Amino acid sequence: MSEIVLSIEGLRVEVEGKEILRNINLQLKRGETHVLFGPNGSGKTTLLMTIMGFPKYKVTGGKIVFKGEDITALPLDERARLGIGMSFQRPPVVRGVKTRDMLLACLRGRPEGTNVDKLAEKADLVNFLDRDINYHFSGGEIKRSELLQLLAQKPELVLLDEPESGVDLVNIALIGKLINELLEKDCPIPERKCTGLIITHTGHILDYVNVRTGYVMCDGVIGCEGDPHEILSTIRDKGYGECIRCFTRRASLG
Amino acid sequence: MNSSGTHRDKAKAALNKPASFGEDIDLTAYTSPPEEYTHPSHPSQLPAKDKEKMLGAGIIIDNPSQRIGTFIQVDNVPLHSSVRQEGIEVMAISEAFKKYDWLLDYWWRAVAVDTDKYTASVELNPHNGYFIRALPRSKTIYPVQACLYLSKARISQNVHNIIIAEENSELHIITGCTTALKNEPALHLGISEFYIKRGAKITFTMIHNWNPEIAVRPRSGAIVEENGLFLSNYVLMRPVRSLQMYPTARCVGENSVVRHNSILVATPGSSLDVGSRAILNARGARTEIVSRAITTGGIIVARGYIEGNAPEVKGHLECRGLILSEGGVIHAIPELRGTIPGIDLSHEAAVGKIAEEEVEYLMARGLTRSEATATIVRGFLKVDIEGLPPVLSTELRRAIESSEKDLM
Repeated sequence: MSEIVLSIEGLRVEVEGKEILRNINLQLKRGETHVLFGPNGSGKTTLLMTIMGFPKYKVTGGKIVFKGEDITALPLDERARLGIGMSFQRPPVVRGVKTRDMLLACLRGRPEGTNVDKLAEKADLVNFLDRDINYHFSGGEIKRSELLQLLAQKPELVLLDEPESGVDLVNIALIGKLINELLEKDCPIPERKCTGLIITHTGHILDYVNVRTGYVMCDGVIGCEGDPHEILSTIRDKGYGECIRCFTRRASLG
Repeated sequence: MNSSGTHRDKAKAALNKPASFGEDIDLTAYTSPPEEYTHPSHPSQLPAKDKEKMLGAGIIIDNPSQRIGTFIQVDNVPLHSSVRQEGIEVMAISEAFKKYDWLLDYWWRAVAVDTDKYTASVELNPHNGYFIRALPRSKTIYPVQACLYLSKARISQNVHNIIIAEENSELHIITGCTTALKNEPALHLGISEFYIKRGAKITFTMIHNWNPEIAVRPRSGAIVEENGLFLSNYVLMRPVRSLQMYPTARCVGENSVVRHNSILVATPGSSLDVGSRAILNARGARTEIVSRAITTGGIIVARGYIEGNAPEVKGHLECRGLILSEGGVIHAIPELRGTIPGIDLSHEAAVGKIAEEEVEYLMARGLTRSEATATIVRGFLKVDIEGLPPVLSTELRRAIESSEKDLM
């Protein structure tokens, strides 16, 4: 039986006094990758930001357990050092802080001698190492830079927020390759140390990354769980409107 | 000094003229002692603590293999001048006047003698200064270093410097102004006039390390001829009581270039009013003015002024301020003035605290809050300076990094 890396139980979250997530339950086992679909504004990013520990996202109920430890009250940076890493959809520009500085920060505590330039080659970002992080980066460059930082950080739980949004067709294959390396997709599942949770609106990333389970979130609730390709096929055929109608029907039936 | 009667008359008329900006300094609170300096005749014999202070401002006394010339003045007495490269001249300004009749042609040409009471005071009561010149086509790899050192309390150090890069020459200068005084008052008045001839280049990197009781009024001007380049870097990371300066560069030759970079830190009790001005008077002249200001409780007025008076001139002004503590004030005043069509002048200014979003982004990579803050501040102070030789980039970075930890 694989170890449960992340367990979320009855999670309720509010942002600036407004409840966004209601009674979220989720379990991820080591080495697995799961995907969360949902329309814009459904609460997907809120869930990732809450797992990562951003202070703006207030947990009003339930708990988050990572590797057996209740981290619900643990600060953001401690969660990162414990092994949670996140790729942001729209990370901020930090003027004066170079991509190289960020990679060195991500490598903290790791064996010395890691060649930052070699690492950057993987993401085709060698020429970006001495540029201010995210400053005048294109959509694809931002995503590659985020994944590059995670490759340096080597987290055990990877949270990917819309990794394909704003990425052109040339870039998306490289994004898929980087995600697969990050999630150790070339290893058999029992040997993988890394677990992934990907959120996506369009599902395009599933053309490049295999995932085990899919979920759909609407209005702050995870409403269904199943085969990710089957779920994506339904969304592509009928749109999220159908998911919302399905949620509403089931809610009215109690 | 060999100044003309006209200069003295103008200075006398301006002796009570307050500066346009900054706190008015009472000049009568400071004295001008006679030349009675008793330190050793060679800087290598200076006390270790003085050498250490000078080193903190980028001046290497022992084994200066990466300097091609040195000028040291302590209070109002030139202590030493030497040069190791042909085609470069380094000497006290009084010596230069003995050597060159024509020097008077450069005297008060880039800075007006009657600018204010401080320029007037230096003219009427001069205490030497330095003369640095690169002869035509002479190029240096390593910089000349110049140190203006204050060792006596309550004195006014009135220096007047002339720097000339003759046609197609290249001259790099690092100047460190610092003091042996811990908490005693003194005044530094420094006139610096730069002449960058056709096709020449001067990089001038000035590091100031004062104390919380010292008042400083530098007055600098530069005249840049055709295809000339003037690159000026200013760093103030340590406490000072009051500093006001607004160096002005005039591009008088086609395609001349001026770049000013300033890195300022105001600690509690420090009051800084610092700006850079570029007047673009010739076709194709360009300028870039960048300032980074941090307050940990002091007051900073960060000014910038670009004036475009000729076709195809281009200028950009960037002023960014970071308030790290309560009580700190940053007032950014960027100004642009265009007088003809077809010019391209722009500015950006931003003042604020460190964005929480940026801190959290770094924390999500595993940095603690204080590590994240330090990384952002370090990045803020990192200015990419094009055209500076590697040795000076390193010195500049060292000067900044040695004081960074005090900001946290």
